[in-house]
Amino acid sequence: MALAARLVDFVGALREHGIPVGPGETADAAAAIDVLGLADRDQLRAALAATVLRRAGQRVTFDAVFDLYFPVAVGTADSTAEIDNLDDLRTELVAALAAGDGDALRALAAAGVGEFGQYGRAGGMSGWSAYQTLQNVRPDALLDRVLAAIRTDQADGLDPAIGSAIAEQEARARIGQFREYVQAEARRRVAELRGRERISRYAVAPQTELVGFTSATRDQIADLRRTIQPLSRKLATRLASRRRRSRRGQIDLRRTLRRSLATGGIPMRPVLRNRRPGRPELVLLCDMSGSVAGFAQFTLLLVQALADQFSKVRSFAFVGLTDEITSLVSTGAADPEGLARRIMTEARLTRWGTNSDYGDSLNSFVEEWPDVIGPRTSVLILGDGRTNGGDPNLAALRRIADRARHVHWLNPEARNYWGTGDSAARQYGEIVPMHECRNLRQLTQLVTELLPS
Amino acid sequence: MQEPLFTSVDEVADRLADAGYLTSTPVATTVFLADRLGKPLLVEGPAGVGKTELARALAQATGSELIRLQCYEGIDEARALYEWNHAKQLLRITSGRDEAWEDTRDQVFSEEFLLPRPLLTAIRNPDPTVLLIDEADKSDVEMEGLLLEVLGDFQITVPELGTITATRRPFVLLTSNATRELSEALKRRCLFLHLGFPTPELERDIVTLKVPELDAALADSLVRVVAALRAMDLRKAPSIAESVDWARTLLALGADTLDEQTVQASLGVILKYQADHRKATAELRLDRLLDPA
Repeated sequence: MALAARLVDFVGALREHGIPVGPGETADAAAAIDVLGLADRDQLRAALAATVLRRAGQRVTFDAVFDLYFPVAVGTADSTAEIDNLDDLRTELVAALAAGDGDALRALAAAGVGEFGQYGRAGGMSGWSAYQTLQNVRPDALLDRVLAAIRTDQADGLDPAIGSAIAEQEARARIGQFREYVQAEARRRVAELRGRERISRYAVAPQTELVGFTSATRDQIADLRRTIQPLSRKLATRLASRRRRSRRGQIDLRRTLRRSLATGGIPMRPVLRNRRPGRPELVLLCDMSGSVAGFAQFTLLLVQALADQFSKVRSFAFVGLTDEITSLVSTGAADPEGLARRIMTEARLTRWGTNSDYGDSLNSFVEEWPDVIGPRTSVLILGDGRTNGGDPNLAALRRIADRARHVHWLNPEARNYWGTGDSAARQYGEIVPMHECRNLRQLTQLVTELLPS
Repeated sequence: MQEPLFTSVDEVADRLADAGYLTSTPVATTVFLADRLGKPLLVEGPAGVGKTELARALAQATGSELIRLQCYEGIDEARALYEWNHAKQLLRITSGRDEAWEDTRDQVFSEEFLLPRPLLTAIRNPDPTVLLIDEADKSDVEMEGLLLEVLGDFQITVPELGTITATRRPFVLLTSNATRELSEALKRRCLFLHLGFPTPELERDIVTLKVPELDAALADSLVRVVAALRAMDLRKAPSIAESVDWARTLLALGADTLDEQTVQASLGVILKYQADHRKATAELRLDRLLDPA
């Protein structure tokens, strides 16, 4: 049956994007379709989401794949607005943006892709391009006109001063929405030409959880930043409950025997071992150079959000030299976007050049802050271990490892690149355990496993 | 297979609306499926978007009894399933001194001395039931094992009494704030519904439904401001409950437009953190009030 095959293909595409869907869920989805029928696309979408998804973060990927496998239309969409003139399109777009009319926006996006997004000739290398459409329609340039339109038909319940701030925010959000519609429409039409499997593999953005730290775009970094608050809350619950659990149980034999003397040597009341509340000290040492800076920044913010789980958190950053950035990070909670900029301007991280120098950095850390690391400290080192050909200074790392309780190294590079080129990751990895930490999912797992309780 | 509660998705939406709960198509569809497929419904989402309210409205719409199990850390079988009433058992034993032990035993472990807790109550109830397991993420992992067993076959074994099977499957609704990831096994047995913030149109309808005295234009503006606040990347975005509270506050203040002073004065109703307050003030440009430049 065609529908069953389509459903299985759809589920396969979701699996490729890291959404684990088992055969049980697929059967549930089929049962749901059986109950609801295919008449209403919104209901179908909701039914598949309810049976197949397990967490909220998977929704964006799901929607994109759903649009490819259960498209609104084949060929030109029925709902396409009939416009072939660029000026008319932009005029209607202004009206739709001002009114916030989602259906009209979608129809205009379809019209825009159909009219202005086509490239190449039939037979040759042809297709539809969202980029080309947006270059022609230029929705961002319409902002002022949209604002003017919103202002004129503004409800009288709102003060004009606040109104304008809100109108601007609304206009920008809707323009972003229009861009997404254009991209989805282009994907749908290209998928007809080239096949769904191919397009779903390359053109659907991965879940935020699986976005590589080193390859994330600006929007993806903003998405990542938004996950910090909920994630830290989740991690804090997990760490706290583990700490509580580890405290109960064990009998203190020595004290039980001593107390039993009062009852004639019979241990009537066992004494439980009193664990010290083990709130560890944490030291973060972060490479802030080039491509790994995004990863370090994210981890700094996450650990900062978890700060009350530790007795003390100190952060250090380095490029060519090491400097303490604890105060910069803790005051930075209010303005996470500006963290990297402030670290680069206010801390002294380089001597010359902007290449990372692990040798000097480790050396200056060990020399200038010898008392930071003690027997109760856990150290997390964040970096790719690329020394730019310099001396990796293994001796300094060994000194850190000898003094600290634990040292772990989180490397945002894929494991098979370790030790290639100027990477000293393998050498460092022989001294301290090194973990691959390329995306949010791995980081979450590592934080729960590595952070001592 | 027992008779389904609803015949169509539209009927779900209509009957919930009659019970004072406005839904979107996805929510209505998922509720409909949960009923038809006989699966528990796991509702996840931020606080104050109406997860618990959905259960209440469902019970009202279908004329069912609402049985609620509030989860918390350390909740155990005795609180969730059943417990023997020890004090009463002791009284019974002491009052019947001359009885043979066999008689006493049969007496003491009988229906009379059983204290049913929400799960057992829901399963034994012969009438339509909505079982709400609230904040399932607060309970311990061990509790999930128990839920799995109960929600899988809808039966409970009490060693002294035998196995009790549900005569009528309750409609089960679990809610979670996602402070902890529930186990895959539990999630697999449920339909999943993420309840997020509603569309502006729906939210306006909700506000008007809850606070009918509020002026329509003011409700419109209120929803726009709340939507703008949600887009701001705050620590705690205002939820529907807070929008409704705000509407009530504005009504009490007798405001007819949302001007800077009103917003500034009542922002505390919707934003609960000082940092959020500052950020919103800056982005809505309320600070010009204090600084005319």
